Amino acid sequence: MIAFTAMIWGITCLSYTIGTGIGAWGANKTVGWAWDITNFVWWIGIGHAGTLISAILLLFRQRWRMSINRSAEAMTIFAVICAGLFPVFHTGRPWLDYWMFPIANQFGSLWVNFNSPLLWDVFAISTYFTVSLVFWYLGLLPDLATVRDRCVTPAKKFIYGLLAFGWKGTARDWHRFEEVSLVLAGLSTPLVLSVHTIVSFDFATSIVPGWHTTIFPPYFVAGAIFSGFAMVLTLMIVARKVLSLEQYITIQHIELMNKIIILTGSIVGVAYITEFFIAWYSGVQYEQYAFMNRMFGPYWWAYWSMMTCNVITPQLFWFKKLRTSVMATFIISIFVNIGMWFERFVIIVTSLHRDFLPSSWVMYSPTYIEVGIFVGTIGLFFTCFLIFARVFPVIALAELKSILKKTGNQYLKK
Amino acid sequence: MAKLIYGIYEDEEVLMDAITSLKGQGVVCKDVQSPFPIHGIDKLLNVPRTRLSVTAFIYGITGTSLALLMTWYMMVSDWPINIGGKPNMLYYMNLPAFIPVTFELTVFCAAHGMVLTFLLRSKLLPGVSAPIPHPRITNDRFVLHVDIKDEGKINEVVSLIKASGASEVMLKSMQFA
Repeated sequence: MIAFTAMIWGITCLSYTIGTGIGAWGANKTVGWAWDITNFVWWIGIGHAGTLISAILLLFRQRWRMSINRSAEAMTIFAVICAGLFPVFHTGRPWLDYWMFPIANQFGSLWVNFNSPLLWDVFAISTYFTVSLVFWYLGLLPDLATVRDRCVTPAKKFIYGLLAFGWKGTARDWHRFEEVSLVLAGLSTPLVLSVHTIVSFDFATSIVPGWHTTIFPPYFVAGAIFSGFAMVLTLMIVARKVLSLEQYITIQHIELMNKIIILTGSIVGVAYITEFFIAWYSGVQYEQYAFMNRMFGPYWWAYWSMMTCNVITPQLFWFKKLRTSVMATFIISIFVNIGMWFERFVIIVTSLHRDFLPSSWVMYSPTYIEVGIFVGTIGLFFTCFLIFARVFPVIALAELKSILKKTGNQYLKK
Repeated sequence: MAKLIYGIYEDEEVLMDAITSLKGQGVVCKDVQSPFPIHGIDKLLNVPRTRLSVTAFIYGITGTSLALLMTWYMMVSDWPINIGGKPNMLYYMNLPAFIPVTFELTVFCAAHGMVLTFLLRSKLLPGVSAPIPHPRITNDRFVLHVDIKDEGKINEVVSLIKASGASEVMLKSMQFA
């Protein structure tokens, strides 16, 4: 209900933006990308953990992923939807967004610019969204069939029957299904890495001090996985409590995810320090200024929130007691989410607000409309997730059955 | 006239052993319906290795070629523009900038092409009604499909299936108690 209210507020603010124009936002000539792109990168990053869990851990044959992959994939899809809203509306006239696709338009055969990272983004995000959607739905088919065959009311049976595409579970179907899942995982792995690499190219290929660095692609990918796992944990801890899934999502799962958080959090920390070092070592005064300005400039609070939340907090997971505590994990995961949001804010706003020309230096602060849209996407995300948890199987039933049997036997033998 | 017998099992390991022994006794095991993939059953049932990964490769190559052709036509051949001092005159010089789009289109075509092929090949589409001989086969039961050419042998085969550990045996919709 709270999520739904937040979503309605977001829609209201979004409608106001469409009606009035981008002027309703605090973004200005110098800080042209601000709140919206921060949110876009943040949401996209959150989405990445789902694909990582479902694809990369499948390729590494990590069995523990099975009880969390379904909801993590769902989270990916909803996060990408939220992310997509920002660039779509950032164009100012969203009804003309089809201009981003390579179609011959009415002004002669002028084409989109394939040299631009912004266009790469259009391709990357749309490919990522559709492929994740298909991957998720394919995995859902057998489970929807299970739901269909367990339903009693004809209406439910009809709806789930329609959704299950007539899944029958023959040996041939399963054989093909497994092959398709494996190949899709193989395709999604480079895809997920490419998506955030391309998002980082949006910054790295420009000449703005603080953006123009080669470290961006790996650093963004690590950051994405970091924030994504934090969001998975936040949601998972709530979901396991509410839906009483403690037996499926165990403390061991939480601990393993926390270990990934330590790893990616440390990568992110090293990347921050490397960036800082390289800025000094490069001898470029603009780069040096950009980084000093980040730390001690007017946005120092954003920089230090980022440092505290992203570099210091995850290190607490070295303590096994905190790593295996549900409450501590929940709190730290929220800190990481906040920290990663600030990271994007720091990169985008502090780099832009003071660049080469001191005459164009400005400050940026969001309007309540922008904040409203962000709150709205959070509402949208949680509304979608809660609806999903209500009507779809949250745990990959078929996959879990295939491992439960085996692990069960192991225990019996012991 | 060929008939189909469904043997319903409660455990996939019993089912696997049953298939091996039934095959030894000359019973034609056609297919199995199960709630989850059973590893090693493909060999027992002689399921040929799927060529879906090959189709994915072909779709991927198609995507790559399409993207290369598209970028060449749009940026170099049809309307070359000098954007920010970066001209679009020679294709090989601009190629690095076209790699991301090429990669994305390759993945796009490979993934969607393969999934669509899989859905069509396994006849999985919205509105298709599923042949479910037993309501619990998507839950916790395993169904073995046995083909019978000679109707006189039905009772013999049914008893063989029962002996192999099946909890129920059904002939189409008729149940043998």
